Amino acid sequence: MATAGLHDSELGELQRRLIILRVGLLLVVALLGLRLWHLQIREGLYYLDLSENNRTRSVIMEPARGLIYDRNGVLLANNVPSFTLYVSLEDVKDRNVLIDQLTNLLGLDPVFVRKKIMAKGSKQLPRKVKGRLSLREATLIESHRLDMPGVMVQVESQRNYPGGVVASHLLGYVGEVSPEQLERPEFSDLHQGSIVGQYGVEKFFDRFVRGQAGQKSIEVDAVGHEKRTVVVEPPHAGDNLYLTIDVRLQKVAENLLGDESGAIVALDPRTGDVLAMASRPGFDPNILSRELTPKQWAEIVQNEGRPLNNRASQGQYPPGSVFKVMMAAAALETNTVTPATTIHCNGGYQFGRRLYHDWKAGGHGSVDLRRALVQSCDVYFYTVGQRMGIETMAFFAHQFGLGEETEVELPSERIGIVPSAAWKLKAKNEPWLPGETISASIGQGYVNVTPLQMASLIGTVANDGVAFRPRLVQAVMDRATGELQARPTVPKRTLKLRPEILPLIKEALAGVVKEGTATRAKSALITIAGKTGTAQTTALGKEKRAEKDIPKKLRDHAWFVAFAPVDAPTIAVAVLGEHMGHGGSAAAPLAKELIETYVKLMPPISASATNGMVTRDSDAGGPGPR
Amino acid sequence: MIDRAIKSRGFDSFDLRFIGLIVAILGIGVLSIYSVTRDQNAAFPFYAKQVVWILLGAVAFLVMWLSDYHRIARLAYPAYAIILVLLVVVLFEGKSSRGAQRWIPMGPFAFQPSEFAKLVLILTLAHYYSRAPRVGWLQRVVLPGLLVFPGLLLILKQPDLGSGLSFLAVYAAMLLMVKMRSKALGVILLSSLMLFPFAWEAMWGALHDYQRQRIMAFVDPTHDTGGKGYHALQSRIAIGAGELTGKGLYGGTQSQLKFLPEGHTDFVFSVFAEEWGFLGVLALLSLFAALIWLSLEIASRAKDQLGALLAVGITCLLSFCIVVNIGMTAGMFPIVGIPLPLMSYGGSATVMTLASLGLLLNVKRRRLSFL
Repeated sequence: MATAGLHDSELGELQRRLIILRVGLLLVVALLGLRLWHLQIREGLYYLDLSENNRTRSVIMEPARGLIYDRNGVLLANNVPSFTLYVSLEDVKDRNVLIDQLTNLLGLDPVFVRKKIMAKGSKQLPRKVKGRLSLREATLIESHRLDMPGVMVQVESQRNYPGGVVASHLLGYVGEVSPEQLERPEFSDLHQGSIVGQYGVEKFFDRFVRGQAGQKSIEVDAVGHEKRTVVVEPPHAGDNLYLTIDVRLQKVAENLLGDESGAIVALDPRTGDVLAMASRPGFDPNILSRELTPKQWAEIVQNEGRPLNNRASQGQYPPGSVFKVMMAAAALETNTVTPATTIHCNGGYQFGRRLYHDWKAGGHGSVDLRRALVQSCDVYFYTVGQRMGIETMAFFAHQFGLGEETEVELPSERIGIVPSAAWKLKAKNEPWLPGETISASIGQGYVNVTPLQMASLIGTVANDGVAFRPRLVQAVMDRATGELQARPTVPKRTLKLRPEILPLIKEALAGVVKEGTATRAKSALITIAGKTGTAQTTALGKEKRAEKDIPKKLRDHAWFVAFAPVDAPTIAVAVLGEHMGHGGSAAAPLAKELIETYVKLMPPISASATNGMVTRDSDAGGPGPR
Repeated sequence: MIDRAIKSRGFDSFDLRFIGLIVAILGIGVLSIYSVTRDQNAAFPFYAKQVVWILLGAVAFLVMWLSDYHRIARLAYPAYAIILVLLVVVLFEGKSSRGAQRWIPMGPFAFQPSEFAKLVLILTLAHYYSRAPRVGWLQRVVLPGLLVFPGLLLILKQPDLGSGLSFLAVYAAMLLMVKMRSKALGVILLSSLMLFPFAWEAMWGALHDYQRQRIMAFVDPTHDTGGKGYHALQSRIAIGAGELTGKGLYGGTQSQLKFLPEGHTDFVFSVFAEEWGFLGVLALLSLFAALIWLSLEIASRAKDQLGALLAVGITCLLSFCIVVNIGMTAGMFPIVGIPLPLMSYGGSATVMTLASLGLLLNVKRRRLSFL
């Protein structure tokens, strides 16, 4: 070992120097201890907070919307599971990178994705980016999850309408709550991405059907995988609705219109229950409940057929001769005429320098009130209207529910127009012209009504003057308790007419079908009473042309209102066919077929309605996640 | 008195304490690795492999302990030459992982020459200083510096900043310990001060992007939690959230849910600190401090300069790694990728550390035989 050439003095020197190392290293270890004391003891709580924040995420549990059934318990709207894409902002490292990734992966519009991610709201709550992901999209996202921290795919229930286009206007559709809606108080308990009804029953009864969102805190790992649920506040499913419509009748009504534009409303005059409410063209609510691009929206909204318009409650048309039902009642009540009064019709009515034509060129001869209704004589009612004056006509029109809401439980109902001097001054800032009274007396000119108002009007007549508010929902079932709560029928008003007047008019309306303008509505199954109407859309000038020569757009609207059976009516119907021509030939057969269908379906309907409903309650909760 | 008793048995209570400390720290390491990787789906999970490395390391420990360190030192130069060759090989044939090329694949395992290079460097420098009296700053500083330089360069090229810094630390510790004239010391200090700007420029320029980012992230880790500061912040959260008593074994959310990256390797200390709290940390620091203290004891009682230098070199390397690793997990230093000796998962590092400790005990054994 001596070969190493070491000197004892050098070794001693080296070993003495070790004291520097000893002291130095001990100091450094002490310094480490101090630092750790600072981290763990002094700032421990702060870091504990950060670590809790790291691992817990709030996740909203969307409620299942209530189910919608028809009056016999046939399912009209339910929920199906679907994948929804959420982004938890706390986990996102670079939002721009994420937006790029999502855009590339799913082929989404980057502006759309940005808007969703940057939406206002608590940073703790995840942002909903896209619902109704296809299986392929969901798989794509799952397989790229590691590259996109913060991205979550949740299974949620998605609104589904098994019938597709059937009863689309009535049911409506759902969609994400809009930022503007979120600012209103009735949506205060909602959040970005919540689904609310945007149209139809879905919108009007949203507070019943919506349910209440739950929330869970989940523990996630570094890549956002759910490890464990920490706290659960379960969602509450929305209430189920039982509608008054019979979906079989609804389908028939829609098929009767076929490709024509128009509306058919069928009511039970005794209760106001809406048995069917068809509007064509329709739409598929399954498509509208999706996220539509602005372009898809524009296509639907700008469609010439205006499929989103519920023609039954939102379409406004001149009533034409259907107006004469109201006119006849008014004339008798005001003693303008008696049932025996006759007026001579030679095919025209001279007023000032203008000749107002009757629809029948040669005239009807001498007619009393019954014949005037049966034949739909215009001159008779020109005369009556002229004698009563526009203000009296307006008074009775309001009595029959025209110019006001029927209060049907649907959003954005239109009220039509009942013209008067005051109305014209207000609406047009012009004085009333005497000739306008004559047009109004046969339901032309400024008079405008909705098919629903017409159905309600004829129903009121059928029900001997007692008007009901149209009822769409007969019962609501509380999902939590299973309790079924019937919604009341609401009598709206009773017509102030002498008791002999309505029976007289009803008999005349039966005559319309038996021997008058609507013989095509005559049925072998049931007695039907009704009134035709042919509403001019434009003044065609003096010369009469064959109907087939007139362009479709300029043809008359065809009306028919009816009730059956005549002696104890259980159904009231209004049919409107846009540009379908004469009420007697185009609309009356449709009403007849609908009524016959109803008779065939009818027998024990009132008994089975409640029975069917209750038996189906047990499986009502099935489709929704409970 | 004690010495005599020991001499008769060849194995004394000092050895027992020394080995006891090592086993305790190894045990804590395996437990922490198990805790953070127990859900791993593999035939040979990390903790099981680590046990294998420890057994291999134990063999290396015994070999280094029971042979004569003078004979081992005589192999220093050829060994260093072989290591240099291996470091060249790894640059061309090595296996890459996370942007660095540090491993030479050997069947199912991979061998990391830079780990062994540290021990070989200690042997080489100790051998160099003890072979002849080295006088003058040329012999004391420049020549050994020329020995260090190629290895350092090759390691930085991989890149492995942590091992490179360890290399420099070993060199600096040796220089400090070898008796040096105050004049030479002054020249070194002065020249390094003057050269610092250039050296900084060269160093910073030579760093890879991710290394620079790590260092920048150290300056302000909260600035961009998703990016470069992520590791540093998550590690601090893990340690801090342990508070006084810790979250308990398997109770650390940071490590169990993988918010803490590299929980079984570089950040194993954070895993331990989160689970056992400040009390556990104090205990662990005490174990490390005791191990360092015993190592310095061996150095101060070494019978010759070679032994003393070996002991000092190994102790300094060990201390440097412990301090820098814990310091970086606690947010005191930038993250440079130095594993925690005896605790971090890793075959080469574990075997190398145990071999070094065996060599230390060898130095102490030789002292006894000469009494």
